[in-house]
Amino acid sequence: MTDKRIKTKQTHPPSRRAFLRGAAATGAGLAASAASAQTAPDPLITEVQDWASGTGDGVDATPYGLPIEFESDVIRRNVAWLTADTISSINFTPIHALDGTITPQGCAFERHHSGAIELSKSDYRLMIHGLVDTPLVFTYADLERFPRINKTFFLECAANTGMEWAGAQLNGAQFTHGMIHNMEYSGVSLRSLLSEAGLSAAGDFKDKWVYVEGADASSNGRSIPLEKALDDVMIAFKANGEALRKEHGYPVRLVVPGWEGNMWVKWLRRIEITDQAIESREETSKYTDTLEDGTARKWTWVMDAKSVVTSPSPQAPITHGKGPLVITGLAWSGRGAITGVDVTIDGGKTWQKARLAAPGQPMALTRFYLDIDWDGSEMYLQSRAHDDTGYVQPTKTQLREVRGLNSVYHNNCIQTWWVKKNGEAENVEVS
Amino acid sequence: VLAAGLGVGRAALPEEIAAWDKDIAPDGTGLPVGSGSVEYGEEIFSETCASCHGEFAEGVDNWPTLSGGFGTLDREDPVKTVGSYWPYLSTTYDYIRRSMPFGGAQTLSDDDVYAMVAYILYSNDLVDDDFVLSNENFLEVEMPNAGGFIVDDRVVTEYPHFTSETACYEDCKDTVEITMRAAVLDVTPIEDTPEPVIEATQ
Repeated sequence: MTDKRIKTKQTHPPSRRAFLRGAAATGAGLAASAASAQTAPDPLITEVQDWASGTGDGVDATPYGLPIEFESDVIRRNVAWLTADTISSINFTPIHALDGTITPQGCAFERHHSGAIELSKSDYRLMIHGLVDTPLVFTYADLERFPRINKTFFLECAANTGMEWAGAQLNGAQFTHGMIHNMEYSGVSLRSLLSEAGLSAAGDFKDKWVYVEGADASSNGRSIPLEKALDDVMIAFKANGEALRKEHGYPVRLVVPGWEGNMWVKWLRRIEITDQAIESREETSKYTDTLEDGTARKWTWVMDAKSVVTSPSPQAPITHGKGPLVITGLAWSGRGAITGVDVTIDGGKTWQKARLAAPGQPMALTRFYLDIDWDGSEMYLQSRAHDDTGYVQPTKTQLREVRGLNSVYHNNCIQTWWVKKNGEAENVEVS
Repeated sequence: VLAAGLGVGRAALPEEIAAWDKDIAPDGTGLPVGSGSVEYGEEIFSETCASCHGEFAEGVDNWPTLSGGFGTLDREDPVKTVGSYWPYLSTTYDYIRRSMPFGGAQTLSDDDVYAMVAYILYSNDLVDDDFVLSNENFLEVEMPNAGGFIVDDRVVTEYPHFTSETACYEDCKDTVEITMRAAVLDVTPIEDTPEPVIEATQ
């Protein structure tokens, strides 16, 4: 391992950062537009580089690869002061550095309540019981025999952006909006598993519930209306083509499209059909949203339409000077598909429609771009998502007018980045 | 009624269901037979729980506070505890039995959990020190914030107001002033972000 790293470094001497510095030192920098001339020949072109002369790694060097070392800043990050310890805690997806919509599993955020457990496929059991005709136990191998489906959905923690309720606090899209990932799931519809157990015992579906829990010590039990369970909830065992990562629920997790991440129970072990909500800890003490008058909303399941500019942003400043600038970001809605994203560079005085990289898919991340010619002046960058229900993403002021400051969860407000003349960006609130 | 299945999986045995089906509903469904006193609860709470939650359930460091906080829910920093916030006692029993103590979950007996819950009620001044909690009197305990929750009402209070129909595109406001800056707080653990190019290099 160590040898390989040294070898790699020798094979590819200039790091990306050194490359940036080197280019800047030549006087042209990356700011060079078509109009700026190169005054001296670029040695990266005129001199034969090692990689163009020697050889790279053999195909046996890396049976399962990690990103190249120059991308070492594209990692999950932890904010130590947010929680009492790292076992029941959260980390953040580096959305400021990603593009497209699919989140690489290796840097997709984690939220555990009693740590990421190790559960093998051979030890795995899934039980379905309660108001069913025949209570059942499945092995992992059983699950792979049901008709398979593939669907892409975002998973957003209910607490994403929660630290920003009272004001601008964390300086970076990773921290303010990174409790999210978006994966292509392969698995089985919950409907087909429940059908296997038989639901004639459940009677009228309208007032019935499904209680789901994980195999970990926290259990993370949540109540889901049976109608949602029979609609689009999945039991997933693959994500982005391969098995779930340990930290994302290996070998089986629940996928609850559009609904708050807490309900996507990992290491799923039990599904009980009940005639009432269990009102578990995770739907009473937690994942209830306190309003200004002290009452609290419960069962706020859906994640509303939301967006954020991922670049430029505090962790992704403008490093190329004036001229062409790609503004990009993500939009999503738990109520359906994104139909459009508006972007403002003047703090909301004027808005223009961004370009969606692909038509919005229901309850999945959508990538947007706005290509501008930056004149080097300050910007107050914001994005505003629209979904196919006609909902438009609100400002933080609008949300606070309804909810006050103590909701903790479900903060889908419009985010502002103050981009300064030198290209730096900062998380701010504006009037 | 759904169609017949594929015949995959096998019937769950009663012992298997009993081992995993531990949830307790607000109406007491699922409560085991048993009891425990405040007095015994104080003893085992001190041994098992107090290192994180404090001798009086008041919480240590960042660990959760389980008692007090009455009358704070409409204030700037509400203190949400079992006493001040939790709507149902069933949740307390269910959660402690299944998931506490942190790092040693599912090690308490049913009677231990009754005693623990009784002590937490006592630490919230909701019962006297001679109280004994059991499956018989469980539902008689009144939780102060039982009426404090409403079902998600966004469809009425928010969705009609946050609508594309009224989205503004031109002349939406006259001025834009910064009212708050994250850099002033400086609590973000950022290392190694790329340095922006300053104007002079162009």
